[in-house]
Amino acid sequence: MAKVIVENLVKIFGDNPGKALKMLEEGKSKQEILEATRCTVGVYNISFEVQEGETFVLMGLSGSGKSTLLRCLNRLIEPTDGKILIDGEEITGVDDKKLRQIRRNKLGMVFQRFALFPHRTVVDNVAYGLEVQGMEKEERLEKARRVLEVVGLKEWENSMPSQLSGGMQQRVGLARALASDPDILLMDEAFSALDPLIRKGMQDELLSLQATLNKTIIFVTHDLDEALKIGDRIALMKDGAIIQIGTSEEILTNPANEYVEKFVEDVDMSKVLTAEGVMKKPDAVVTLKDGPRQAMRRMKENGISSIFVVTRDRKLSGLVMAEDALNAVEAHQDHLDEIIIKDIPRVSPDTPLTDLIPIIAESRYPIAVVDEQNHLKGIIVRGAVLAGMVRKGDNGQDVA
Amino acid sequence: MLPKIPIGEWVDLIVIWAQNNLTPLFDAIVVVINFIVSSLTLILLTPPAWVIIIAALALVWFLADRKTAIGTALGLLLIYDLRIWEPSMNTLAMVISATIVALIAGIPLGIWTARNNTVHKIVMPVLDFMQTMPPFVYLIPAVFFFDIGTVPGLVATVVFAMPPAIRLTGLGIRQVPVELVEAAEAFGSTESQKLYKVQLPVAMPTIMAGVNQCIMLSLSMVVIAAMIGAGGLGSEVLRGIQRLDIPVGFEGGLAIVIIAIILDRITQSFTNKGKA
Repeated sequence: MAKVIVENLVKIFGDNPGKALKMLEEGKSKQEILEATRCTVGVYNISFEVQEGETFVLMGLSGSGKSTLLRCLNRLIEPTDGKILIDGEEITGVDDKKLRQIRRNKLGMVFQRFALFPHRTVVDNVAYGLEVQGMEKEERLEKARRVLEVVGLKEWENSMPSQLSGGMQQRVGLARALASDPDILLMDEAFSALDPLIRKGMQDELLSLQATLNKTIIFVTHDLDEALKIGDRIALMKDGAIIQIGTSEEILTNPANEYVEKFVEDVDMSKVLTAEGVMKKPDAVVTLKDGPRQAMRRMKENGISSIFVVTRDRKLSGLVMAEDALNAVEAHQDHLDEIIIKDIPRVSPDTPLTDLIPIIAESRYPIAVVDEQNHLKGIIVRGAVLAGMVRKGDNGQDVA
Repeated sequence: MLPKIPIGEWVDLIVIWAQNNLTPLFDAIVVVINFIVSSLTLILLTPPAWVIIIAALALVWFLADRKTAIGTALGLLLIYDLRIWEPSMNTLAMVISATIVALIAGIPLGIWTARNNTVHKIVMPVLDFMQTMPPFVYLIPAVFFFDIGTVPGLVATVVFAMPPAIRLTGLGIRQVPVELVEAAEAFGSTESQKLYKVQLPVAMPTIMAGVNQCIMLSLSMVVIAAMIGAGGLGSEVLRGIQRLDIPVGFEGGLAIVIIAIILDRITQSFTNKGKA
């Protein structure tokens, strides 16, 4: 069961949403609807699911409806039509009391301009959510201090927000959202107001926090690099609709249309693509008990000049070169032991391409991609890396 | 020739209708205002002047700061020395009463205008009207409804002093950044939690500026209200005018200025504390 389910969500701003909705269903354009009803379509026909523990990014330029969509999720903006389910419970249509309950317990929100209460100390800001729930003062301050410690601002608890730098203020904002231990974090351009360097630091911090907290995060941003960095999946929005949903690699290597393509064209692929994305499946391997003759045959079949050797449970042993195998066959050797090259480069599947390139440049051999248990996951040859940098859409060829 | 539209006569009819039909309401207002102003006068005039001066010194020191407190004590001492202690305390009692009533009515109304656009659209032009109408005009219906004396003077003062309290309360709340209101809602505040924990505290400096304005307008109107027998320092000034008696008029005026400065400094120190 998905944590958050959104079905056919529509938000129309204006006095006559009913008529606008009808026109929308008839397939009229936003411009026609604006002229006929003076209503603006904020978002329409939005459907997606977010799994528990996932970081889901809503990305788009300003005016694409991403912040409106986010605010529909906790009904800061009342959706015109459609359904939102959190933990299987429909939150569209619940009464105010129930809605408050859901906001208090399940949803934390972080704002672009921090939105800290200027008249409250840092610790009172963090404790706000607990305070409105009616928690006793001692208990809520205690809890707030613990959260402040997590974001590294313990010694600032009695300061006023105005005394803190932007990055620190947003940590307070994050702490405030985390204080009531919600399952879901809604983050609206949370890092956009920060300096590039601080922003990067906060992104890293969010990633490391997320590794321990495992919240479901819905993150709005207009910054593609940010989206690629922190998102497990990204929904690209334009004019109030979602154009494509997918992992960063899916969006980069397989853009749904020209708009997405244009959007992602400046991305440095080597920073985004990982070893996993460009590796070939290790179909052609031999095991240690296979002899040189078998190895030769496999290489011939696959048209390759070297082959990886694995154990029976597919742990990597090493590599055999074609000429060595040929010599061994001629010398009537029965074992690969003598010709196996054990000192070969190995990388993990999540190694970014930027780190991979120098390794490939220096090595005479193909690169083995192995997991933590040394299982052979894939093989990288030079050509595949080059092909990966040039996107699929550009040359019509498959990188793998 | 263009016939005259009888606007004045219409208003006259309304006033007469109100006089005939709203007597219980006016009686209630008389009772309440009389109670507030007479208890305040009693508190300010029963003890000897030095007790009041020391009490004021301590109170202002506690509420504002040392400088303001010493200035307050010296100002009051000068008033005492000028032998116009009693009318000054009468005026102070009236100003405080009028301000209290104006704020009790004005601040909730201001909050209402901030939360409801229809109310806002109705109230704002009325406030414009109230603020541009010459203050003397309020004295006429006040006399009609409440006769002459302290009560009609105070009623006119309340009406005259209320607009800035309403306006600045509404403005202060409307100026609270949208994201702060959203944050309050997103964390599950009820409407009243949102108002008391976020909107009012954030709007406080602006609201205090409204309170300050309200007090200053009360003071100026209380003086004018002497024309319908409200008493206090206004009567001193009025006497000075009628007899062309410069010393009496000037000393009365000076006492008004001193009270104005004291009240202004006290409320301003609140405003600044709110900002810090």
